[in-house]
Amino acid sequence: MEFLFAPSAGSAARAAKAVSWGLVAALAAGLFSFAFHELHYGWNWPAIWEYRQKFLQGWLATVAISGASLAGSLAIGLAAALSRRSAFLPLRYAAALYVESIRGTPLLVQILILFYVVANAFGVENRYLVGVLALSLFAGAYLSEMIRAGIDGIRDSQLESARAIGLTPAQTYRHVIFPQVARQLVPPIAGQFASIIKDSSLLSIIAVNEFTLNAQEVNAFTYSTLESYLPLALGYLLLTLPISLASRILERRFHFAA
Amino acid sequence: MRLELRCVGKRFGDNHALRDITLSIPDFQSLAVIGPSGGGKTTLLRILAGLTPPDAGEIVIDGRALEFSEAALLAHRRAVGTVFQAYNLFPHLSARENVLLPLVRAHGVPPREAGAIADALFERFHLARHAGQRPAELSGGQQQRVAIVRAIAIRPRFFVLDEPTSALDPEMTAEVLDLIAELRREGRDLVIATHNMGFAREVSDRCLFIADGQALEEGPSRETLAQPRHPLLAAFLARALRYSICECLDHEEHGGRGERQEP
Repeated sequence: MEFLFAPSAGSAARAAKAVSWGLVAALAAGLFSFAFHELHYGWNWPAIWEYRQKFLQGWLATVAISGASLAGSLAIGLAAALSRRSAFLPLRYAAALYVESIRGTPLLVQILILFYVVANAFGVENRYLVGVLALSLFAGAYLSEMIRAGIDGIRDSQLESARAIGLTPAQTYRHVIFPQVARQLVPPIAGQFASIIKDSSLLSIIAVNEFTLNAQEVNAFTYSTLESYLPLALGYLLLTLPISLASRILERRFHFAA
Repeated sequence: MRLELRCVGKRFGDNHALRDITLSIPDFQSLAVIGPSGGGKTTLLRILAGLTPPDAGEIVIDGRALEFSEAALLAHRRAVGTVFQAYNLFPHLSARENVLLPLVRAHGVPPREAGAIADALFERFHLARHAGQRPAELSGGQQQRVAIVRAIAIRPRFFVLDEPTSALDPEMTAEVLDLIAELRREGRDLVIATHNMGFAREVSDRCLFIADGQALEEGPSRETLAQPRHPLLAAFLARALRYSICECLDHEEHGGRGERQEP
C-alpha cells in the first residue's frame, strides 16, 4: 500500500502510477456499470448507428465553430486588454464594462440577447456568424484578463531597458512584451479552447447545427436518449482531452524555459 | 566630453532628488559620480541618459543642449549606451539576440551586419561561448558584460553606467570592472556611478560627489578622492573606505589620513 503514495520529492515509480491509474479506472468502471445495470434500460444502438453521419457532421461543425471562435476571441481579447491599458479613458472604461458584464452574466443569456435582440436589430440573420461572435465575445473577456495580467507581469525594469536602448513604445510591445506574454499564454489559451468547445453546445438554443443540436435531433427521431447523448460526451472528450494534455505539456515546457 | 548643468532640478513628490544643480565639467573622458545612496546619483544619470526629463534647468553635453520632446529624447537615448544595476537583458532573448535587438530595431543596421558586429564583440570580450544562452543561464557578471557589449555595439556618443556592479559579488565585480576599464583605455567617454572608490579613482579622470540632491564637490579624481575639501565628502570617503583593506593602504600611500582612525 505504501508504494502508492507519491514521494515528497521527485516523480513516483512507473509501477505505482500504473497501478493507481488502474485502481481509479476500475472504480469508475464499477460505479458506472452498477448504475447502468440498475437502470434496466432497453438499449437500442442500431437506431443510433443509422445516424452516424449526422453525428460526424455535427462534430465537425463544432470543431469549425470552436476554431473560428478561438481566433475571434484572441483578437477581441487582445483589443480589450490593450484598451484597458489605454490612456484614453472612455476606451479604457468601455473595455472594463465589456469584460465585467460578460464575465458576470451567463453565456446562455448572452447568446439569446445577441441573437434575438442585437443581431435582429442590425438585420443579421446568419446564426453561425452570431454564434461564433457570441462565443468570441464570451471567451475574449476571459482572455483579455489573462493577456492583461501577462502584460502587467512584465517587470518595469524591462520596459526601462527597452526605453534605454531606444525602442519606441510600439517596438517595445512587438519585441519585448508580446513574445513573453504569448509564451505565458499558451497553456491558458489551450484551456480556453477546451472551454469554448464545451460552451459551443449552448449554441444549440439558437439552432446552430452543431454537435449537441444533432444529438438532440437524433434523440427526437429515435427516442433513444442515452444512446444519443453518450456519443455526444465521448465526442467532446475526444476534442478536449488531447487539448488539456497538450496544455499540460506546454505548461511544463514553458515553465522550465522561464 | 564636456558637461554643463544649469539649475537642473528634479522632484518626485516631496522628495527633491536634485536641487538646482549647476556645474560645468571641462573636458573629461570618464566621470565618476559618487555619493550616498538616495543622494541623487541615479536621477542625474537617468537625466543624462534621456530616461527622465528634469523639472527645470538645462543640460549641455559637448556644447549641445539636451531637448526634452519625446522625439528628441528617443534620439538621445539611441545615442547613449546605458547600463543599469541589474536586469538589463530581456529574459526571452539569448545574449546575442539581446545585442542584436537595439542594433537592428533602433538603429536600422541590416541583420547580417548586426550579427557580424555582435559576434566580433562576443569574441573580443570572451563571451562567444555564451552567445546562445538566455540571461537566466548566465552569471550576474556575464549578464552585465553582455549588457555592456550591447551598449558598445551601438557605438554610443558616451556611456552611462549606473552602479553596474552593485548587484554582483566581488568576483563578478572584478570581471565587469575590467571590461569598463578597457572602455576607458580605448578612449570612450563614460559617466559611471559607483560605490567602488578604488575603481572610481582608477577609471575616471573627473569625480563628482552628489549628496542630498546637491553637487557638493567636483574635481580631478585623484586629488578629489585623496584630499576631499567638502566635509561631507571626507566623511563619506571615511565610511566607504573603513572596511576595505587595500583601499585603506592605498589611501595612506596617497597621503590621505585621519578619516578612518576611529577608536
